[in-house]
Order: sequence, then structure tokens, then C-alpha cells
Amino acid sequence: MTTITRRGFLQRSGALLAAGVTGSAIQSPAPDSLAGAGPSGRLWDPNRAGRSQAPTTERDSDPAIQVLEKRLKCTCGCGLDVYTCRTTDFTCTTSPAMHRDVLALLDQGLSEDEVVQAFVERYGVTVLMAPPKRGFNLAGYFVPSLAIVVAGAGLLVALRRWTRQAAVPASASAAGAPDAAAVAASPEELERLQHELDEFSA
Amino acid sequence: MTVLGNLALWIALLVALWGAVMGFAGGSQGRPELQLSARRAMFATTAALLVAVVSLEWALFTRDFNVEYVASYTSRNLPTFYTWSALYAGQKGSLLFWASVLAIFGTLAVVFTSARHRVYLPYVIGIVSIVVAFFVSAMLAAANPFERLPFTPVDGRGMNPQLQNPGMVFHPPMLYLGYISITIPFAFAMAALLSKRLDVEWLVAIRKWTLVSWLFLSIGILLGMWWAYVELGWGGYWAWDPVENASLLPWLTMTAFLHSVMVQEKRGMLKKWNLSLIIGSWLLSIFGTFITRSGVISSVHSFAQSGVGYFFLVFLVGSAVLSFWIYARRLPLLTAETRLESMVSREASFLFNNLLFVGIAFSVLWGTLFPILSEAVQGTKVTVGPPFFNQVNVPLGLALLALTGIGPLIAWRRASLPNLQRQFAMPVAAGLFAGLALLVAGMRQPLAVLAFSLGTFVLATVAQEFFRGISARHRQYGEGRALAAARLIGRNRRRYGGYVVHAGIVLLFAAFAGMAFKTETQATLRPGESATLRSPFGHEWTFTHLGVSQYDALNRLVTAGTVELARDGRRVGILKSEKRQHVDGLGRPTFEPSTEVGIRSDLREDVYVVMAGVVNGTEQTVYRFTLNPLVWWVWFGGYVVVLGGVIVMWPGGGPPAVRRTQAGYAVKLASQSQETRKS
Repeated sequence: MTTITRRGFLQRSGALLAAGVTGSAIQSPAPDSLAGAGPSGRLWDPNRAGRSQAPTTERDSDPAIQVLEKRLKCTCGCGLDVYTCRTTDFTCTTSPAMHRDVLALLDQGLSEDEVVQAFVERYGVTVLMAPPKRGFNLAGYFVPSLAIVVAGAGLLVALRRWTRQAAVPASASAAGAPDAAAVAASPEELERLQHELDEFSA
Repeated sequence: MTVLGNLALWIALLVALWGAVMGFAGGSQGRPELQLSARRAMFATTAALLVAVVSLEWALFTRDFNVEYVASYTSRNLPTFYTWSALYAGQKGSLLFWASVLAIFGTLAVVFTSARHRVYLPYVIGIVSIVVAFFVSAMLAAANPFERLPFTPVDGRGMNPQLQNPGMVFHPPMLYLGYISITIPFAFAMAALLSKRLDVEWLVAIRKWTLVSWLFLSIGILLGMWWAYVELGWGGYWAWDPVENASLLPWLTMTAFLHSVMVQEKRGMLKKWNLSLIIGSWLLSIFGTFITRSGVISSVHSFAQSGVGYFFLVFLVGSAVLSFWIYARRLPLLTAETRLESMVSREASFLFNNLLFVGIAFSVLWGTLFPILSEAVQGTKVTVGPPFFNQVNVPLGLALLALTGIGPLIAWRRASLPNLQRQFAMPVAAGLFAGLALLVAGMRQPLAVLAFSLGTFVLATVAQEFFRGISARHRQYGEGRALAAARLIGRNRRRYGGYVVHAGIVLLFAAFAGMAFKTETQATLRPGESATLRSPFGHEWTFTHLGVSQYDALNRLVTAGTVELARDGRRVGILKSEKRQHVDGLGRPTFEPSTEVGIRSDLREDVYVVMAGVVNGTEQTVYRFTLNPLVWWVWFGGYVVVLGGVIVMWPGGGPPAVRRTQAGYAVKLASQSQETRKS
């Protein structure tokens, strides 16, 4: 069974649609095999395949190294972390170099935090994907939560005050609300209101 | 055609300014002839901008490379499908697109606004015209799409390969439609403030337009996620990029508004808050535009840095000051009509819901701007990436998910203890059961377990609401279950459409939680060699490299790596990932080689294959294989959210009494009811 990817489905649908519109069948590009002449044969035109890649090793996929490299930002300007950049933007030469540096530092026996610290010393704190939790950066982490907690506390206080005011009968509500007596409502409308309130309660 | 385009821009600017003056004068003086002139100016502005759009499209389709914009974003061999989207592929064209769509929305508002809301229209036209005039003046001063080059290149530079994707044809217009249409509810809000007509009518007009914006923005964000997933190749759909964040901000505040507006409609409360949410949403949309176009914060999605950003900064600050000044002047007219009766009520739950929505919006905004703040305070520009946003926002998101379930279970005005017990028993039991089941099954990530448990709780609340509603109709009217379900939704579109949106949001959260179990590996394979990867569902996937093909396509040279997939030893298909070297009409390479991923999607997980490249020009290929759990549910959840949104905003829906209730009638009736009881 051949799997149809989402992109494949869209491409085929588009081709069919175009064929229907133009009244002619679209020739799909022939996926010839000009490429290799055998196992690992040379490509017909290696230049169009992008930058040549070095064979990967098991360490390149090591989950611990993935986690470590996701803490470090690639300095090529892409804004991605080292792991994501080196496994996504295959034209970048910076992230593979930083990856090699990570491996070299680990080989020297440094712990993960020490490797990160070594990168900070070399590139500055901007090499971290998240600011370290110290000094002014603490504001970055805690101001949103603090603001929500303070606003939540304020809201609770306000709610208590509002509900107390609402509990005061007649005088308070008459002063705060519009002239209710001036609002006309027929018994049918009141009945309908009651029905809707019951529905909401349910 | 560029002469015509330039002329159209100038006419649009002058007519928009005229429309603004006539709108405000006509509104404040109540003179019909000025109001009529403003309406006509709105139509004329739209027509002039459409002429400008046609002129630019003409230049794009005829490949008039003497026009700088055409030379920058098209080439002779660019497919027709993408030539249309070149209109908004660059800074200048997208400004024209923005101004044109805003003018069209303004015209639609003029044409389709019902008679009872027409009193606001002169001011609405005034506000829309000012915004249109700003965009056109920014174009004419700093980003004219009709600017000509001193020479004519043989071919254009072509469109960025990453933009040559169907998702990119539909994602920006949808996002723009969302951003742009926020101007209409903002204009109605300002019209209500300026005209001092702050009764319930303005709210009805605003709510409909806000729903339109919310729906377009939702679709735009989802399409953007899909595009990022299939095109960028990093295997995810959301990276907390500043431009992504900028689109999320107004979505959050508008979602808050769509909840809190119900409190105002039914109880006559939160008027000040609702107005500030609408003003804030519009300002955030302009802020997003500023972020995208100024280059003040680096982003992979932003346009090239240009002077137009300063225009937006001035406009943003000026608009904020003016809007909130007018708002502050009208505060005495925005007093609540009723008081909150209990802290355990639907109204109170909506207030906490709003607190979280606005809190998340604030934390996203704070994180987005923190690098600038840090540089100003400590002289160091720190990086604020996904680890920061996840740490701050995931707990808030889970709290919001919990409130999504809690809110609909609490009665309006005052909830009694028996009522609460009856409402919460089944959903809470379902959530706890789901959590325990996952723990027994071996899931150990606490946040993921919490997300799935809360999701089950919310889905149970939605199911319970539908079940009770259908059963009530079945009992009362003797309708069959299917008919009862259809009529239940049809006659209470807002309520049950909202529940459908909630169900979609749960699916999205579950899918987001699934990404915590993402697993991937890299492998270098010769033809016939295999790599394996174990999925979180326990399957062993085998990837066998079949070989590399090279062929030419319309505007690119393709190198394709083909991989055979097997799950637990059974062949399930073939995936292809490509390296594409785009070329211009003369066969010269344009841009760096790009990567096209191969994706196989099913309900449990996506197989995501990326061809990194080949080793020394041979068929030995470097691949990245990723298993992304539950991604299918992101797109399905998105469909459900959009479906719910469409149900909510579908015209009609319910007998007149329901519509009057939605128009704030309940407030008056409630007051009358209280009076009757007292007497």
C-alpha cells in the first residue's frame, strides 16, 4: 500500500483540478533514476543536492545531547537552538560547528551545566535560549505570574465588595441600578425570562 | 499601470481624509448630507485601492521587472498560483493588501449595518478612513509598491522557496483578515464613545464583528501552524517566535471579550472592561504589525527591516493615547446596571476566565518585549525562547483549560450547593478516571497527565450539556434524539456553538501535550540500509533508504530521497523528502537549497522525514526521522474550533425572545423581576 502524504494529496488534487481547467493532462516530472549507478553511486548532479553532509554518528542523536543543545542558541542569527538548527537548516555551518564544540567539551569530562557555562563565557548570556534566573532576569520569569496573582487577589477583594453591596436590599440596588420601575415588561416576558434563567441554571 | 496605481493611491489617500472629516463632522453635527458624503467617500476609497491592487497584480502577472517590487518577489518561471500571493509576499505589497481589505471591510460595515446601528456609522467611517489613510500614507512615504528601478533586470529574484507552499497562499490573507477586521469593532466602540450612545446597541454591533475577526484570526493562526509544520522542517508548529506571539495577543484578548461580553449582555456589567478589551485588541493588532515590519525584534517571519516601522510606532502610540483619553472621558457613562450577587456564579467565573486570558496575553507580550527591556536595563540582550514561554505559560494554559470546564457548569447570578454537586459530579469523575488510567498505563509526565485529565473533564462537561439539552427537548417535545440535537444547536447557536469551540480547544490542548512525547533520531544510510525508532505508542518504526532521484521541475532542480516505512515489521508505505534548488528563468540558482519534508499522518502519530543532504555527492543520505504524537489532532481540533465559531456567528438562531436576551433584554427584565418580587 502506498502512503499518500498530505502534501502529495494536495499536489495530486491541484494537478487534477488544473487538468480539468485546462482540459489537458499535466505531465508529472519523471522521478528518473539518473542518480546513482548502484549502492551509494554518485549523483548525476551533486551540486543541486545542497551542501555535502558529514555522516552522522550515534552521539548526534543522543537524547541527552539534544536536551543540552536545546538550551543553546545558534549564533548564525536564525533564532533557533543549536540542535534544531543543525537538524533543520542544512545550509548553516554555525550550528554543526557549535555541535562539535559541545561534543568536544563533553569529551573533556565537563558536565552539561559546565558545557553551558563554557558557551556563556565564550558568547555571552545571549547564547542561552532562556535567560538565567538571576538579577533582573527574575523579573522576566516572575512579573507575569506576580501580576496575575495580584490582579487575582484584587479581583477577589472587588468581588467580595460587589457581592456585599448587592446583598444590601432595596436602597443600594435602587441607587446603583437604572430606574427599574420605568422598564416595562409584560407577564409573558417575565415568564419567558424565568424560563431562560431556569435553562441557564440547568 | 504603475502610473495608474500611484494615482489610485493618491486618490485613496485624499478621499479617505475627506471621508474622515465628513464622518466626524456628520456624526457630531448630525447633518445627513455630510454623512452621505462620508459614505460615498468610503466607497470611493475602496474603489481606488482596488484599482491599485489590480495595477500591482497586472505588473506581477506581466512580469514588469522594472517595478522594484515585481523584480524582488517574482521571476519568469514562478507558478501562476504563487504570482497572486506575491501581492502580500513583501512589505510594500502587503501594506497595499492591508489597506484595501480594511477599506472593503469598512464598505461592508456601511452596507450591512442594520438600521438600528446606523447612528454609529458616520464615526465608524471616520475611524476606518483614518486608519486607511495612515496605511496609504505609509506606503506613499516609505514603501511604495509601484516604485520603479532605473534599469530593467532580465529576470526577477523570485519568491522565497518557503513561501511557495499552499499554506502560505492562504495563511497570510486569513491572518490579515483577522488583524484588519478588528478595526471594525474598534471603530464601533469609538463611535459609541464619541456619540455617547453607550446603551446595549453598540455591543450587539461590536460582538458580531469581533466574532468575524476572531474566526479569521483563528483560521490564520492554524494555517500558519500548518505551514510551519510542513514547510520549515523543524518538526513542530509553534516556536514562540515574536511574530507568532504577535498574532496570538489579539486572539487572546478577543477571546476574553467574547466571554465577558455575555456578562454585559445578560447582566449589564463589565462595560468599562469590555470597551478596554476591544480597544486593547485593536492596539495589539497594530502592535503585531509594528513587530512584523519594524525589525525591532528579530524573527524568521518578519519582513526586511525598513523605515515603515517608525510610522507604525508613532501611529500605535498616538492611537493608544487618543483612544484611552476618549475612553477615560466617557467612564462616568459606563456604570454597571446590576451588581454581582455571588462569588460562585457564572459572572464571577467569567471574570477569572478573563483574568487568565489577559494574564496569558500579558506574559506573552512581556516575554516578547523582554529582550528589549533587558537591553535597556542591564545592557544585555537576552534570548527569550520556547523554554521561557513554556515555563511561564503552560501552567496558565492548564488553569484556563480547567476554567473552560468549570465556567459552563456554574449558574448565572448565584449557584447553589446542590446545583454545583449535580453539575460537577460526572465531569470531575471522568477527569479523575482519565488521570488515574493514564498513570496506571505508565504515563509519568505530570503536566501531560494533568492536561489529559483536564481535557477529559472539559469534554465531559460539554457532553453533559449536550446530553441534558437533547434529553430535555426529547422529553418536552417528543423529538427524536438527532432532531433534538439539531434543533438544540440551531436555536441556541451561541451557547452550543461555544461548547463546540470548547471541545476543539480540548483537542488542541491534548495534541499540544502529545508533543511532550516527541522522539527523533538522525541516521546516515546507504540504499538498502535501515534505521529504527520506537514510538511512544510502543511501535517500532523502520526506515529503509531506497535511493536518491534527481529531476527538474518548473522552477527548481530536485534531489529526492525515498524511504520505505515499516511499522512493527509491516510495510506501510513510502515517504519522499526533497532538497530543492530553485532557479530563475535563465536557470541561475536563486536562494539557498531548501528542504521539503515527507509526512505520514495518522490518528496516533506523524512520521516526519527530513532529508538533510547527501555525503560527498553519493546516494549515501543523511536523514532526520521524527515521530510526532497526536499532531493530526491539532488540525482536527482546529476544524472543530472553526466549526464552532461558524455555528456561533451563523445569522438567525432562536426565537425572538432569545435574540432579545442577547441584546441585553435580560438585564431589564431581571430588574423588573426584582421589582415585582419586592412589591
